Amino acid sequence: MTAIGFCNLTVSYNGIDAVVGFNDLLHSGEWLCLIGPNGAGKSSVLRAAAGLVPYTGSVAIDQTEIPSASARWRAQHIAYVPQAPVIPADMPVYEYVLLGRNPYIKYFSSESSHDRDVIDRVLDRLDLTAFSARKLGTLSGGEVQRLVIARALAQEAPVLLLDEPTSALDIGHQQQALELVDGLRREQGLTIISAMHDLTLAGLYADRLVLMHEGHRVAEGTAKQVLKSETLAEFYGVSARVHHESDGTVVVIPQRSSRL
Amino acid sequence: MSASANTSRHAWGGDNQRLSFALSGAVAAVMMLVGMMIGPAGPEWWRIPAELLDHVPFVSLHSGMSRADWNLVWQIRAPRVVLAAIVGSMLSVSGASYQGVFRNPLVDPYLLGVAAGAGLGATIVFTLQRATTSTWIIDPLPLAAFIGALSAVLVTYVVGTAFGSVRSGTTLVLAGVAVTSMLTAVQAFVLQRNSDVVRQVYSWILGRLSSATWGDVRLILPYVVVSSTVLLFHRRLLDVMRVGDDEALALGINVRKVRLIVVLAATLGTASVVAVSGLIGFVGIIVPHAVRLVVGASNRVVLPMSMMIGAAFLVAADIPSRVLASPAETPIGVVTAFVGAPFFLLLLRTRDVSR
Repeated sequence: MTAIGFCNLTVSYNGIDAVVGFNDLLHSGEWLCLIGPNGAGKSSVLRAAAGLVPYTGSVAIDQTEIPSASARWRAQHIAYVPQAPVIPADMPVYEYVLLGRNPYIKYFSSESSHDRDVIDRVLDRLDLTAFSARKLGTLSGGEVQRLVIARALAQEAPVLLLDEPTSALDIGHQQQALELVDGLRREQGLTIISAMHDLTLAGLYADRLVLMHEGHRVAEGTAKQVLKSETLAEFYGVSARVHHESDGTVVVIPQRSSRL
Repeated sequence: MSASANTSRHAWGGDNQRLSFALSGAVAAVMMLVGMMIGPAGPEWWRIPAELLDHVPFVSLHSGMSRADWNLVWQIRAPRVVLAAIVGSMLSVSGASYQGVFRNPLVDPYLLGVAAGAGLGATIVFTLQRATTSTWIIDPLPLAAFIGALSAVLVTYVVGTAFGSVRSGTTLVLAGVAVTSMLTAVQAFVLQRNSDVVRQVYSWILGRLSSATWGDVRLILPYVVVSSTVLLFHRRLLDVMRVGDDEALALGINVRKVRLIVVLAATLGTASVVAVSGLIGFVGIIVPHAVRLVVGASNRVVLPMSMMIGAAFLVAADIPSRVLASPAETPIGVVTAFVGAPFFLLLLRTRDVSR
């Protein structure tokens, strides 16, 4: 079953194309990772899907085209975790996760007991219950990342967009965050699109990689198919060795240009 | 599981919130009563609560107050206190809403041109001379101030949204600064050519509640009720907007629409109170901030609390304005700034120390 589909998605900023004719179909429960150098259009694809930038072409959820006017409908189907979320320092954890219920709360009313049950479940699942009264400003980077994912989960949307979910985390918390997302995907059948810079991690977690360059898709497939040193040299301008482990993991190791 | 659910629910507010609302409501009520009891002339202060109670249906109390004294209290002091409460609460809730919707702690309606527009409108009416206008059916002064304030914000909004992305809000604030300085220049030009009204305009700009009547209260009450209701209904959405425009949009909020409605409601309310009270500065900044320092920044709590504390604050500020230079009046705008600014600095300091 198709969870989310892009048809000829084009995003331009002031006449400059950031994404040109992007097409893709993700089946339910799939994890797609967009890779590519800075400015390749990875974030723009996610931002268009989240309804944050105007675009032409269409984005469809479950074969229903997203009505461009309804932010609420979109938020019920697509949850978006930005690269650098705004964290109001004195907002309590519980209140922050509650924001994720906004798409289900009518304009002038307040949250129902069902909304509170959802929050309690999410907090419990992500081991955040003990934090519920804490202010966001007192949390560590790893805890904040978990919290932002909690807010996205509270949206109960089938599609989760992650823009550079690990760029601010150390290697241990990077792994924890991605393991968490992967676990949630398996439990709840979430469909995930992430944009990532760490190619080894991208290859490790995603089912499929799409390499973008200057707004175009230039390569697609499994980590083994996409992560090749000549491809990386061509589009990233990087000189890197690609190492294949015996378990199928693809490791990208940058190389120094010359050694004495 | 159920125990943990209860802790998280409790942590979110509930009882504490209700207690804060009740307390601030009580502070406002007490302040209003005190405001009615103090004045340069009139009956002894202790007779007033008794006499007020006597006017409550089914209550009979003999306060020993004369008819003339009661008239003074009810026709002079009471409307003034009530007007101060309405003006204070409207300015505060508008300030809190503006700060929420622009995510900028320093904005209030005055900044988008309300003050300058109302000032220019009032100045023009003063130059027409009261002698000519006193025979008109409606008093042109509040009307001109009201229209001036609304037009100024309208210009700011149109210019600000045409030239920049309204989603950032910063362009709008900068447009407000530009419109304000332009209108102030026009006002200075008009004053320059009509220097005989400088004194009147100046005293209007510093704010006045001294001539308050029940008519003033009735005049602005509909606007204030509508504006405050609209703002209070948006307080949950203002909390969602605390995570920024992009994330609020991704959470299903039509940010542009919400911002427009909130700005319109806050501006309408502020313009209407400015029309009768003049420019009472600083209230819309200091009251919401003081409230936030005490109860946190959740707009769900800050907006209603600001209304009540704002009412209490302006009624309290009006007391020294009546008493200090009695029987002359000290402009209330002078009192709010003179008392408010140091108090505000003190609050900031205590918060910084606790951090």
